[in-house]
Amino acid sequence: MSDQATMEHPETRAAHAPPASAGAAPLLEIQGIRKGFPGVVALDNVGFKLRAGTVHALMGENGAGKSTLMKIIAGIYIPDQGEITLKGQRVTLKSPIDALSKGIAMIHQELNLMPHMTVAENVWITREPKNAFGFVDHGALYRNTAELFRTLNIDIDPRAEVQTLSVASRQMVEIAKAVSYNSDVLIMDEPTSALTEREVAHLFTIIRSLRAQGKGIIYITHKMNELFEIADEFSVFRDGKYIATKLSTEVTRDDIIKMMVGREITQMFPKQEVPIGEVVLSVRNLGLNGVFRDVSFDIRAGEIVGMAGLVGSGRSNVAETLFGVTPASAGTIHINGEAVRIDTPAKALACGMAFLTEDRKETGCFLALNIQENMDAAVLNQRYVSGGFVQSKQLSTDCIAMAQRLRVKTPNMEEAIQNLSGGNQQKVLVGRWLLTNPKILILDEPTRGIDVGAKAEIHRLVSELASQGVAILMISSEMPEVLGMSDRIVVMHEGHVTGILDRKDADQVSVMDLAAK
Amino acid sequence: MNSRDDKMTSSTAPQTPASQANPAQASNDTRAPVTARSAKFKWPPEASILMVLVGISLFFEALGWYINGQSFIFNAERLQIIILQMSVIGIIAVGVNMVIITSGIDLSSGSVVAATAVVSASLAQVSDFPRAVFPQLTDLPVIWPILAGMTVGMLIGLLNGSLIAFTAIPPFIATLGTMVAARGFAKWFTGGMPVSMLTDDFAWIGSGANPVWIFLSIAVIFHIVLRYTRFGKFTYAIGANRQAARVSGINVNRHLIWIYTIAGLLSGIAGSVTAARAISGQSGMGVMYELDAIAAVVIGGTSLVGGLGRVTGTVIGVLILGVMMSGFTFIRIDAYYQEMVKGAIIVIAVIADQYRNKKRGR
Repeated sequence: MSDQATMEHPETRAAHAPPASAGAAPLLEIQGIRKGFPGVVALDNVGFKLRAGTVHALMGENGAGKSTLMKIIAGIYIPDQGEITLKGQRVTLKSPIDALSKGIAMIHQELNLMPHMTVAENVWITREPKNAFGFVDHGALYRNTAELFRTLNIDIDPRAEVQTLSVASRQMVEIAKAVSYNSDVLIMDEPTSALTEREVAHLFTIIRSLRAQGKGIIYITHKMNELFEIADEFSVFRDGKYIATKLSTEVTRDDIIKMMVGREITQMFPKQEVPIGEVVLSVRNLGLNGVFRDVSFDIRAGEIVGMAGLVGSGRSNVAETLFGVTPASAGTIHINGEAVRIDTPAKALACGMAFLTEDRKETGCFLALNIQENMDAAVLNQRYVSGGFVQSKQLSTDCIAMAQRLRVKTPNMEEAIQNLSGGNQQKVLVGRWLLTNPKILILDEPTRGIDVGAKAEIHRLVSELASQGVAILMISSEMPEVLGMSDRIVVMHEGHVTGILDRKDADQVSVMDLAAK
Repeated sequence: MNSRDDKMTSSTAPQTPASQANPAQASNDTRAPVTARSAKFKWPPEASILMVLVGISLFFEALGWYINGQSFIFNAERLQIIILQMSVIGIIAVGVNMVIITSGIDLSSGSVVAATAVVSASLAQVSDFPRAVFPQLTDLPVIWPILAGMTVGMLIGLLNGSLIAFTAIPPFIATLGTMVAARGFAKWFTGGMPVSMLTDDFAWIGSGANPVWIFLSIAVIFHIVLRYTRFGKFTYAIGANRQAARVSGINVNRHLIWIYTIAGLLSGIAGSVTAARAISGQSGMGVMYELDAIAAVVIGGTSLVGGLGRVTGTVIGVLILGVMMSGFTFIRIDAYYQEMVKGAIIVIAVIADQYRNKKRGR
């Protein structure tokens, strides 16, 4: 099977890769790039061409080498071998500033803005317009920013402090900042991962206008729909190797997945029909002052309840409140018919709940610790401890079994979690919660920023857990995921529930209708 | 394990097509099974610190022969003095190590030494001393002054921990406050006078190699606590990511209170030992001990960022500090230079820590 995919890849295909205006010299050409880290070759003889006025998507599972390649193009990493040709000239990129001065700007996945400074100050940082005395000319600063935003059709107050902005707005500011450098090449690393559909649409408008101005945009994404919507062509990478470049009009979704994983995933959402049991979790009029109110729903054993809504609609806050991270200010929670008061995560755990948080880095991983230590953190309050001492032998055996069940790609449990790809980190965190044998599992964006293969595995696992009678609440911004996985969908808008849809009644339109009310 | 998954999905989910039975996925699973430990031999993190200790010792050994014409290391008396002098710092450092693993800091240790030294000394005075602090409480069994010292240390630690857990103030500020206050308490308690004329039993604690044994026992106990108990595991988890620790069901506040209380307790023990060694309790004791302890911990490889650090490293860090100070005296470098060099060493250790963090972060 994997042979089949590699058979497709050969140079013949790649040779006539930039099919349209093949005559024009590419804006940016990468050839024979190799980059190794201690113990691993991240990129091996990789190359691709970016043409001016196109959006070029880079696809591949996490760990395929896309991010490393991006960092090389942005001057963050120095390649061990290989050539970078920019507008016909061979260049070496020594640092991000060097890359920026040559016209390559990167918009980072983790936003790099200073929260206490204004939007304008952030955009023009280190390049502030100065007045006759050498002081920052704030008038010009705000005028320039307003002008820049007008050309990009961005509606953000240049005087606003960045910390008051939503994630989407900050993303826009980052993009504006990159554009303000008059860059020819813009690198976007999963720019939509924290955006709602409407914000994504806005982003795409901006990208299209940048494309029309002749800029080359390198776009990393895991979302297949985006590829077809925005990208002109795309290159696929797998395990640090270049696989192929194609026009996005000449392939199907399945072709791409096949190229990315070297295998077919014909069913993305393996939702199983399982018998639905008794009500396990019953939430009535749950509220948190100033954030959400009157949230009521039930989850039955074996049921997957999806939670949809725009970013800022309060979905994650509901999850945090259910789990005692931010105790509720109103309402009741019943578990198996019994009223419970959950005001700390410890109590939630004792009630048989588990909570995979939205932000792996902030509230999930212990980055300084290894896989074993990351996996056993939650279960130690329940099991594997006798007289205060950890029964490490049994614990280690069970953690290894869990890692294997979840197919965590690692040679051993002593590996630092920060050396794993996002998908594998997520699997370790899922393992942390599964070790506690939860009856109620809350998943907040369980597949955000992870690759297609890991995504399918997590979907299958969620489905499997439901079949074992676990009650599941799954928050997701990805519409296909919510629609594909959920038995029912709770839709939220501005802090309250606007509707609960049955699987059979739910489609993109009906959910969006409730979410954007 | 792949076959088990296949059975599961294909039998219960007829609508799930053959994706799981795909041979490519099977080939994906042929990789070696996950093992508990890395197959490759890895030097423990302490190895490099131990090398530094050996290197510094050899440096002074060479200088010793050159300047003084005698050996630096192979001198039993000197070795004893080094360890003895450093054991008080070592006792404190074991507690500070745990505090720093939780990504906190404790600046109050030195003042706690003073406060506990004067309190425990006041309960260890002999009855034929006319100016005893508590004339009714003289010639007490040695357990009382020790318990009093431990209690005072724990109470200050409890205060530190509660401030840090229940208010939003950073550990630096909380322990800075108690640092000043505890020193003030010690001065008020003694009226500036030394508390002297202590019982022989009490003085015995600080005599001979006893402080060393106390230090080593404490080091062993907390080595075991950190490596083999749930309390230890939670300590690392909190230091690595406090939010994630809380979401994982760890009672972070309670744990932090315990950590600072233990640090206070150990400083309290160090205070009693200091008083016993000097056969006197004085409010000026333990000045800058907190910085020596922090230096030893950081030199020992504990990261100020939190989540990393071992007692073995701290013990080696304490020895490095001791060897350096003794070595400088040995080659007759002025005490004022010593402090400057000590300052430089602390900064170098932190730079090394950041370099390691950067390397780990790839």
